Amino acid sequence: MSDSTFEPVIIGFTCNWCSYRAADLAGTARIKYPPNVRLIRVMCSGRIDPTFVLKALSEGADGVLIAGCHPGECHYLEQNYKALRRHRLLQKTLAQFGIEPARVRLTWASAAEGALFAEEIAAMVNEVKALGPLNWPARPLPVATAPAEIPKLSEVAA
Amino acid sequence: MSKPKFAMYWAASCGGCEIAVLNIDEKVLDLDANFDVAFWPAAMDAKYKDVEAMEDESILVTLFNGSIRTDENEHLAKLLRRKSKILVAFGSCANEGCIPGLANLSPREQIFERAYESPSTENPNHLRPQAACQVPEGTLTLPPLQAVIRTLDQVVEVDYHVPGCPPESHQIAAILDVLIQVVKGEAELPPKGAVLGAGNSTVCDECARKRDVKVIDKLSRIQELPQLNTTDCLLEQGLLCAGPATRSGCNSRCPNVGAPCIGCYGAAPGVLDQGARLMTAIASVVDANEPEAIDRVLNGIPDPAGSFYRFSLAHSLLRANREALAEEP
Ligand code: SF4
Ligand code: SF4
Ligand code: FES
Repeated sequence: MSDSTFEPVIIGFTCNWCSYRAADLAGTARIKYPPNVRLIRVMCSGRIDPTFVLKALSEGADGVLIAGCHPGECHYLEQNYKALRRHRLLQKTLAQFGIEPARVRLTWASAAEGALFAEEIAAMVNEVKALGPLNWPARPLPVATAPAEIPKLSEVAA
Repeated sequence: MSKPKFAMYWAASCGGCEIAVLNIDEKVLDLDANFDVAFWPAAMDAKYKDVEAMEDESILVTLFNGSIRTDENEHLAKLLRRKSKILVAFGSCANEGCIPGLANLSPREQIFERAYESPSTENPNHLRPQAACQVPEGTLTLPPLQAVIRTLDQVVEVDYHVPGCPPESHQIAAILDVLIQVVKGEAELPPKGAVLGAGNSTVCDECARKRDVKVIDKLSRIQELPQLNTTDCLLEQGLLCAGPATRSGCNSRCPNVGAPCIGCYGAAPGVLDQGARLMTAIASVVDANEPEAIDRVLNGIPDPAGSFYRFSLAHSLLRANREALAEEP
């Protein structure tokens, strides 16, 4: 379990037309929500490749929020359904890596739903807080040069 | 004049890469005519201490196949890096972890459990391999298994990459030709870091099957399908095909004969994570918009991580299961 000082880092992808505006509205309406989410605006939730989510999780994020327009209201027609399918497929896959479903959340918000979007963020922050830090170990970088001294195999195996 | 030295080494691998090299038929004589084979355990007797005694960078080119699973693999990777001017990550294991890399979905204890205690294993005394074991003659040692599989370029600097499980023999022959030209001063080496013996697009790009409807309402395993036609895209016929996310170079060998591509040439150019790209491609063609209907189609993939990352798990963004990674020093 996490200690009370843990503040998760959450990367939030919002689409330009609805969910980003919802976040914007929450801001202008001075609705309070936890500051843990770093929002990245993309044109549409259909732009979110699972690569973005995996990159965020593997490089320090504790969770990823994907937000789009309500089903049927995507400004590029059907792309948020694509986001929905990718999200479900990604969740199935992430389970095998030991990553809890609450860390990758998909939500819909219209431009008028500032308060609702703020609630979604608060709910997600609480859930990820309860899960604790993800702390995914960094990928080993290609070593620039061979080490000067290589131990003999007999020493390695002992 | 003494010939330049050639080496080939297998780490965690199946030996298929060695077979693929021998499969270049009489071309292997060109290898022998132009190189002094200094070290190649699969083909000739050699001792590690002979390699240790060689001067640094005295081997012109080493083809390194296999991934890094044990301390011995890591030692040989570092040793051969030091002894070689050109180190080539040869085959899927060295480049992306390949099938052995799928073990990264399990922590070490589960791997041992599976290998030594499974219902089909007879091991009444519950023996497990030990790093060191006392016998009357002295101490016997085995190189310990590391927490997760790593690829060659996660351990040492790599000069070139040759993908494939195994690399296609005609591609190997072409690489050998270039190498011989370089030795004779007739050609330049390709830029460092280049991918050799493969194409610059996707398997789909080379596949002659017809893409038409671009949606699927069901995913099945090949044995569950009543019949496959020989002309249409396999993905559209309901088989998970890795062609959209996989690098070209094999002339779409598997779809040509009615088997889906399983991704052995690794991530297509510009793709950071082969599995993520494949997820994108599959999710895009699923013909369902309601969560339950979507799941019904996706349930046709019982092992998503194993299917999307069959060859590239160890080199993916996440690399391994969380529990397995936690054991890394
Ligand atoms: S998905 Fe497979 S069968 Fe379809 S075009 Fe691509 S490689 Fe060929
Ligand atoms: S079709 Fe796919 S699995 Fe088959 S050889 Fe080519 S890259 Fe490998
Ligand atoms: S524009 Fe908002 S989800 Fe597509």
